[in-house]
Amino acid sequence: MSAPNKSYDPVEVEALKPEEIERMRDEALAAFAAADSLDALHEAKVAHTGPASPLALANREIGALPPHAKADAGKRVGMARGAVNKALAGRQAELEAERDARVLVEEAVDVTLPYDRVPAGARHPLTTMMERVADVFVSMGYEIAEGPEVEAEWFNFDALNIAPDHPARTMQDTFFVEGGKGEDSGVVLRTHTSPVQIRSLLHREPPVYVVCPGRVYRTDELDATHTPVFHQIELLAVDEGLTMADLKGTLDHMVQSLFGADMKTRLRPNYFPFTEPSAEMDMLCYVCKGTSVGNPDRPCRTCSSEGWIELGGCGMVNPRVLTACGVDPQRYSGFAFGFGIERMLMFRHNVEDMRDMVEGDVRFTRPFGMEI
Amino acid sequence: MRVPLSWLREYVDLPATETGRDVQAKLISAGLEVETVEQLGADLKGPLVVGQVLTIEELEGFKKPIRFCTVDVGQANGTGEPQEIVCGARNFSVGDKVVVVLPGAVLPGGFAIAARKTYGKVSHGMICSADELGMGDDGSHGIIVLPPEHEVGTDAIELLQLVDEVLDIAVTPDRGYCLSLRGVAREAAIAYGRPLLDPALLDVPAPNAFGHPVRISDPFGCDRFTARTVTGLDPEARSPIWLKRRLQKAGMRPISLAVDITNYVMLELGQPLHAYDRGRVQGAIGVRRAERGEKLTTLDGVARTLSTEDLVITDERGPIGLAGVMGGAHTEIDDTEGTTTEVVIEAAHFDPVAIARTARRHRMSSEASRRFERGVDPQAASAAAQRTVDLLVLLAGGTADAGVTEVVAPSAPRTITIPADHPDKVAGVTYGRETVVRRLQQIGCDVYGQDELIVTVPSWRPDLTDPNDLAEEVIRLEGYENLPSTLPRPLPGHGLTDRQRLHSRVGRALAGAGYVEALNYPFIGEAALDQLGLEADDPRRTVVSLVNPLSDEEPSLRTTLLPGLLGALRRNDGRGSHDLALFETGLVFRPTGQEEIPARLPADRRPTDEELAALDTALPHQPRRVAVVLAGAREQAGWWGKGRPTDWADAIEAARLVAREAGTELTVRADQHAPWHPGRCAALYAEVDGVQTLVGHAGELHPRVVKAMHLPERTCAMEVDLDLIQGAGDGIVRAPRISSFPVATQDVALVVDKPVPAAEVEAALREGAGELLEAIRLFDVYENAEQLGEGRKSLAYALRFRAPDRTLTVDEASAARDAAVALAAERTGAVLRG
Repeated sequence: MSAPNKSYDPVEVEALKPEEIERMRDEALAAFAAADSLDALHEAKVAHTGPASPLALANREIGALPPHAKADAGKRVGMARGAVNKALAGRQAELEAERDARVLVEEAVDVTLPYDRVPAGARHPLTTMMERVADVFVSMGYEIAEGPEVEAEWFNFDALNIAPDHPARTMQDTFFVEGGKGEDSGVVLRTHTSPVQIRSLLHREPPVYVVCPGRVYRTDELDATHTPVFHQIELLAVDEGLTMADLKGTLDHMVQSLFGADMKTRLRPNYFPFTEPSAEMDMLCYVCKGTSVGNPDRPCRTCSSEGWIELGGCGMVNPRVLTACGVDPQRYSGFAFGFGIERMLMFRHNVEDMRDMVEGDVRFTRPFGMEI
Repeated sequence: MRVPLSWLREYVDLPATETGRDVQAKLISAGLEVETVEQLGADLKGPLVVGQVLTIEELEGFKKPIRFCTVDVGQANGTGEPQEIVCGARNFSVGDKVVVVLPGAVLPGGFAIAARKTYGKVSHGMICSADELGMGDDGSHGIIVLPPEHEVGTDAIELLQLVDEVLDIAVTPDRGYCLSLRGVAREAAIAYGRPLLDPALLDVPAPNAFGHPVRISDPFGCDRFTARTVTGLDPEARSPIWLKRRLQKAGMRPISLAVDITNYVMLELGQPLHAYDRGRVQGAIGVRRAERGEKLTTLDGVARTLSTEDLVITDERGPIGLAGVMGGAHTEIDDTEGTTTEVVIEAAHFDPVAIARTARRHRMSSEASRRFERGVDPQAASAAAQRTVDLLVLLAGGTADAGVTEVVAPSAPRTITIPADHPDKVAGVTYGRETVVRRLQQIGCDVYGQDELIVTVPSWRPDLTDPNDLAEEVIRLEGYENLPSTLPRPLPGHGLTDRQRLHSRVGRALAGAGYVEALNYPFIGEAALDQLGLEADDPRRTVVSLVNPLSDEEPSLRTTLLPGLLGALRRNDGRGSHDLALFETGLVFRPTGQEEIPARLPADRRPTDEELAALDTALPHQPRRVAVVLAGAREQAGWWGKGRPTDWADAIEAARLVAREAGTELTVRADQHAPWHPGRCAALYAEVDGVQTLVGHAGELHPRVVKAMHLPERTCAMEVDLDLIQGAGDGIVRAPRISSFPVATQDVALVVDKPVPAAEVEAALREGAGELLEAIRLFDVYENAEQLGEGRKSLAYALRFRAPDRTLTVDEASAARDAAVALAAERTGAVLRG
């Protein structure tokens, strides 16, 4: 390190005169203000703050000043440079904001353009309806049981107290599977999901709480209100002390879950071989809530102004069915119900023609999406 | 069962103000399915009167014969002058009594009557047919000609009982007794708390030995037979209006007096009856099973060959009727020649099962068989015979023969013992003993006992056999609508099974990928399998077939989901949706070849596990499959750029997607398998229990299949066995360790012979690269004979390397890459592209 330049003659350095420094500063400020683009500003920046800029050069002169003058000059130059940098940053921000505003406007798009590159898929509403109904019961603790669609007659009929001469066992209702050499195969396409109840009872110890959704078959020709292949969901509860009041409560709970808290069901006596007592179950019309009855000014299409919608069959499990499944009817009782999913879809979603649910037309299915 | 309200009121004193709708509501809540209440004559308005034809002038010159008549209607027209009426019917003569509707009246259907000019005359009203009055078919094919005793000017609305309400009841199989006025009246009487005037309470003479001889050789098939004889019938006697009208309202057509009377008594009491022309019956009447090959021509004119199970009524010469189903033509009452003057009345009780089988076997359901199948009150037989005799005496001028034949097989009344609180326990309601006893008595039971009730059920309720049957009677009469609503508490459940969750998840995933679910019928025929191009020995040709398919073209069940799904694709395409991606999940049916005809198992005990297992072996294998079909654009063209046609890779990707949902990965290998394109078909494998297992196929369909099935070009498809894939899933996902050190990427382009599967190259690279390899991705496939040589292709891979514990050096990454390339070169002949 060399010794301070004591011999240096402290003549006034031109560049460090206060007026000079002010001029340099003002020129820089003017140049920045005049820069009308970021490029121009960059040029001005190089010219007025770069290593070859007058202020930078002036700054370099400071070292040559006598000690007493250094502080003053340093202060002046520093302040000037501060002001210049501040102005530069301000102008930079201004110009960037201007540019951004311009570019973002240029980059604007028409956000209303449609986009159907890969059109949405959908699950069939029968599938989602079945899941929806099953969900109600799964959340209550029921389990879902499944079984074969090609089923032995014993499960489909005999165990359900449907005797060999019952009219349901005729060719008018049931698809029979061919045996070899024209023999009676003893096998049918299940006509209801009730054989799954039988299988559940045979293979579980009571208490049994299951729902059985699935596909079933009857020999109806396809038309607007019939289909030979359709879907049912059945419920079976077998436990000690179950009553018809429990059946009623379970049904009420289901329609409330699916159609709203103010819903209820109605039971009407009926006959089924596998339940005794048996009932037909109706639910309050979820559209008119019964107000259309006897009120011709406000007819209801959903329930044909009946106030109630027929849902399906139900009852207390016939003790003979329990016996066939090895469940002691003295100790256990049970209830069961079942209904058609197609029908529910028709009245819940205004499906007017059964064929729409059968044909697989994507225009029908798409709007139902993933859930129902 | 159609029940005219006016008729019902004869047996129950219903409140006068009760409408048909009121009664309907009461009966519905008692468990009778009253489907409709028909309002007969609701919009009918008089004057409608009895008239007598005074003159008939035949008008000439019209297309059909027309009569200009004058009719005496008494003072009904206000003047007493003959009424001038133009009439097109011809079944009447001067002097006949007819039904005349006068101007100002309104006929059913809102048909207003006014004087009007027709056929050049003015017609002041109409002479009416039964049809115009809404009475139903009376068999006359013309206007109504009334018996001569009715006074001119009498109100015909009242006379013909044109205003009434008819309840139409769908009778369930257990309620056979409600196929009669007596049975419905019993329910109405209970519902209204009024006494029943039982029409079966008649004085019946004791049986004796002078009646028509009857021999029952099958007392099980026929446990009761009453025969009565009426002689001296007036062959000219016709059914009175009231009788005809009641039959018509109940839905039966009047035929002849004797037949009408038997039908009437059947409707009234529920007991089917048969009247034989005594002159045509030779010797004793018998009941037995038919002999092999025996023949009988029934009343409907059909010659039938009988089965040895059929119960027949015979005379000396052989069968004269199918018991409980239909009489024979030979002994039919003559209602055209009018020669029958003596009849034998049969009121019998037959085994319901025998009748049901015979009716089904001969495909003839009659009013009689419907009742016998559902159970007829055996105790009503002699009353019904008596009622028939009475009516024949009254209406046909006959004389009741003193002989009364009754053959009765001994039987004891049936009793059921139940705890007095059994109905309470079934219902979940405390009815109390008193209510239970009262309700059971109301339906005709005799009840004894305190805590244990010994209940003797009435003869007309063969359906009451079990304690719960009695519980139902009590609960329904107390009102199902009064049952409380309680919720049982099931044990905590386990939610869905893995199989169920996968099924649902696969549906969601495919729908999320743009597939639309279709649920197709599982019925297929040979043609569908031919169109798929399956070889003769393809296992998918081994099908489960139906005895009674809806269509003979499709008698079998699907062994693959594709025919149904491709049908839906074609249907959509035909309807103008061309860019299609469909899926289905469902069962297919594959015979095991081991099916045996199952033994008939009892239902009065639990079958043994062996017996149950035997039942299951009778069933085909029924795995759950998932399939997709695709056609048209997979991605649409649009403002964003070009679209992308669907291709084989989409189909394979759908399978991979399904596998991912199941938590497994598929191994893809080239295959040749119908119905796929032999060069664009992938066999899909998954590891099930440690074994690479074929789970399905995917790719583009064979052009021949596309053509045969009229599908869009380049239709693609995938089908896999969901149950197998589920088995391949490894369940719980193990969390990977995530390294936060930087990644080192290296790209390599390898040239191989075209037939070398990319999967093999990748596998070799993966193995060769070792554990530093984090990911590998094929980003380009390039073919250019000039640059690469004939039959060669270039595969460009991006390799990502990363270490768990340090930043990799370039040398380390390059060494791993070189090792990868070296192994690929060794395994597949790959050459690094310079």
